[in-house]
Amino acid sequence: MNDSHCECHVTVNDQDHILSVSQTDTLLDLLRNHLGLNSPRYGCGAEQCGACTVLVNGEPAFACTTLVCSLDAHRIETVESLGGDHPLQQAIIEYNAGQCGFCLSGIIMQSVALLRRNRDPTRDDITRALAGHLCRCGAHNRIIRAIQAAAASIRTAGAQTSV
Amino acid sequence: MSDLPGALQNNPILSTWIRFEDARSLHNQLTRDQVQDPKVIVRTGKVELGQGISTAIAMIAAEELDVDISQIVVQTGRTDLGPNEFITAGSMSIEGSGAAVRAAAAEVRGLLLARAAARFERDVDTLKVSKGVITSTVGNEAISYWELLAGKQLDVAAVGGFAPRPPAAHRLVGRSATRLDLPAKITGRPAFIQDLRPENLYHARIVRPPVLTSRLAHLDRKEIESLPGVHRVVIDGTFIGIVAATETAAISAKRRADLTVIWTEPEQQPDADMTDQARVSLLVENGLPTDDPIPDLLYADVGTRVQTTYTKPFHLHGSIGPSAALAHLADGRLTIHSHTQGPSILAAALAQALALDPKTITVIHSENAGCYGHNGADDAAMDAATLAMHCPGLPIMLKWDRSDEHRWEPFSPAARLDLDATVHDGRVVCWNADIYSYSHSGRPGPMGSWSNFIAAWHRNEPIPRPPARPGRGYHSGIHRNADPYYEFAAKRITKNLLTNQAVRTSSTRSLGAFANVFAIESFMDELAHECGVTPLDFRLRHLSDPRAIAVIQAASDALNAWQPKIAARQPAGKALAFARYKNAKTYVAIGVALTVDEQTFDVCLDHAVIAADAGQIIDRDGLSNQLEGGMVQAASWTLKEAVRFDENGIPGGDWAAYPILTFPEIPTTEIILIDHPEEPCVGAGEASHGPTPAAISNAIFDAIGVRIRDIPFLPEQLRDTAIR
Repeated sequence: MNDSHCECHVTVNDQDHILSVSQTDTLLDLLRNHLGLNSPRYGCGAEQCGACTVLVNGEPAFACTTLVCSLDAHRIETVESLGGDHPLQQAIIEYNAGQCGFCLSGIIMQSVALLRRNRDPTRDDITRALAGHLCRCGAHNRIIRAIQAAAASIRTAGAQTSV
Repeated sequence: MSDLPGALQNNPILSTWIRFEDARSLHNQLTRDQVQDPKVIVRTGKVELGQGISTAIAMIAAEELDVDISQIVVQTGRTDLGPNEFITAGSMSIEGSGAAVRAAAAEVRGLLLARAAARFERDVDTLKVSKGVITSTVGNEAISYWELLAGKQLDVAAVGGFAPRPPAAHRLVGRSATRLDLPAKITGRPAFIQDLRPENLYHARIVRPPVLTSRLAHLDRKEIESLPGVHRVVIDGTFIGIVAATETAAISAKRRADLTVIWTEPEQQPDADMTDQARVSLLVENGLPTDDPIPDLLYADVGTRVQTTYTKPFHLHGSIGPSAALAHLADGRLTIHSHTQGPSILAAALAQALALDPKTITVIHSENAGCYGHNGADDAAMDAATLAMHCPGLPIMLKWDRSDEHRWEPFSPAARLDLDATVHDGRVVCWNADIYSYSHSGRPGPMGSWSNFIAAWHRNEPIPRPPARPGRGYHSGIHRNADPYYEFAAKRITKNLLTNQAVRTSSTRSLGAFANVFAIESFMDELAHECGVTPLDFRLRHLSDPRAIAVIQAASDALNAWQPKIAARQPAGKALAFARYKNAKTYVAIGVALTVDEQTFDVCLDHAVIAADAGQIIDRDGLSNQLEGGMVQAASWTLKEAVRFDENGIPGGDWAAYPILTFPEIPTTEIILIDHPEEPCVGAGEASHGPTPAAISNAIFDAIGVRIRDIPFLPEQLRDTAIR
């Protein structure tokens, strides 16, 4: 071990990893190239588009600029953790809420965080939460509708099972 | 046979389009839940660009073959398999590929039914098909398409004569389908080109000068090659590529090279007004450029003459995913995964540029983020192929970074439109339009002694760039939608191709239609006010096509019916614009309701209505998705976007330098689709772009009485124009 490296322990989608990485390695590189995850995407490398957004200890973070060495004992969540039938994923399919879909991973994780703190977001709540996410295809309104539908579905499920 | 659609005539073998396969043979390409049942493989030369083409193609094939949509697997854009359909552009996919798949599927069904009838010794009319199983309605016989073919394919040429299902009998087409490609994209399954991870993958980056006219003066290759993880630095003229064992190593080495490289000074570009630049001028008549002499400006002795100028700047395609390609030279074959719009054209262009036998090149389409036209995809493929040629045996994933994409994608050309019309008695008496712009046509292709790849221009033995030449097709390039759809007594329209190529330009969604319809529809609004007529009436009195009138009326009614939930405290305006794409395709009228902040002059789009008639509707939801997406994208171009160059002519390299519309700025939208099942289905992916800027400009005028004629409509322009 030298000064240019660090050792850290991170949890990614409930799996523990003990890592020895370079001080300059980014979370995006770890997720895509070392753990083989597909959902976090490179769009700009400069916190300007949101395509790489994942959750770090439950909070949305830009994986492209987050350094792995700053994440010791942190918990990372990506789209892969949602399993495929999360209400947000179901609603995106139902509303065809996307065109090329490249921006959706980041938007989904931002929305997961939003719905955890706000179970009934208004259109303004959603657009404010997604202000840092670029969509070039113009699927914004569909994405907003899908998030509202997912929120309603989570509220209904919550009323039944009080999750 | 002449009644076959063009794409089927060009690729007549039925099994090129439609194949019957066992799911087990496809397990690499299918998701777990798909690996059930035998499958129908439908191949098209058109490619999925995020526009949903694979879903629409699956609907058409399932409809004609009487199989479930879940039994269809659509494979798009492989030069080694499947039909060659040249390029996916111009909103032609549904028309071209859709018609071919429909005819091929109808013939395949007909041939298989005839075989079953012979085997059962029954009349064809007594057979029916469900989920690909043919059963007799008069006996107990049953056999599936797959059993009937027993592992073989229909390797016979289409001859036609099998009528596709009439629209009234459609059970899928015309409804809304769930997108087939979305699940993988939102669950982390491999979906995009960046997700390809062959074994022993190498990563590459390109180091490029800031602008086209700079050349490499010096780079210490040995220093870069000595950095950790760097496998090879390829330098050929001004082409510089770094191949590394890991992506981080490639990125670090590129950073170091960007810091230490020395480029020659860029050539200073003349900053001439667009009307003073070298050009080729052609008269446009009925949507076609001609060599007829250009007459003098038309004018009338009576009436009021109005002259204005509209402009648009250079725009980016602005894909959210920078361009990438995976190239591998092995066993004498070069295989390239690319998000190109034209796999077969790319393969031919690469063969020419790399002096390879075309038979040794395979291009396989793999999706990236939406491209919206000719972006960096093809150049990235050439970059990767060039590096693969220097590193035989290594699979190389080449990725552009954000600044590569912002600076090196071909831009949508700037344009200037001088309009001059005379109105009398509430009608246009004569109409002049002089359009100045750069080429919309910079795509690669095999072109003899020229090439359209950056890497071919940059190397030691370059293949030069072709000179700019005016497109002469119907509504192609600069003159797309230059000819107003209105019935005017006299029109004089010229296209003026500026031949200076200092800024590289190429096709961007809707080509010239965006600027032309912006100018025409803004001018129509201005002329209506000049005549003291409502813009709605003014448009309608110059139209006789009932389908045009219907979309305009529908948009107008919906816009009038819309009311904000909270009464606007700022000046509010509503307005319309209309176009029929290429004067022959989808009709679109767009209405916009907006407010203008009295202090900041920020424009807030509150609501938009889109009324459209695209003939027969195939995928209702896909159609509305395309129309709304086009409107939002065009609104972004209109309100925010311009490529901004510094004093050395260097464009900005990130989203901060090129802001686009964001979630809080998106209007709520209502979409009205008018279905004409008896009419041909036409593409709509570019049809809503043209009317959008004019609807916004006209609504700003309605709100604050100020005419905005220069895109983008930034608050500074509104304030300055308002003060004047």
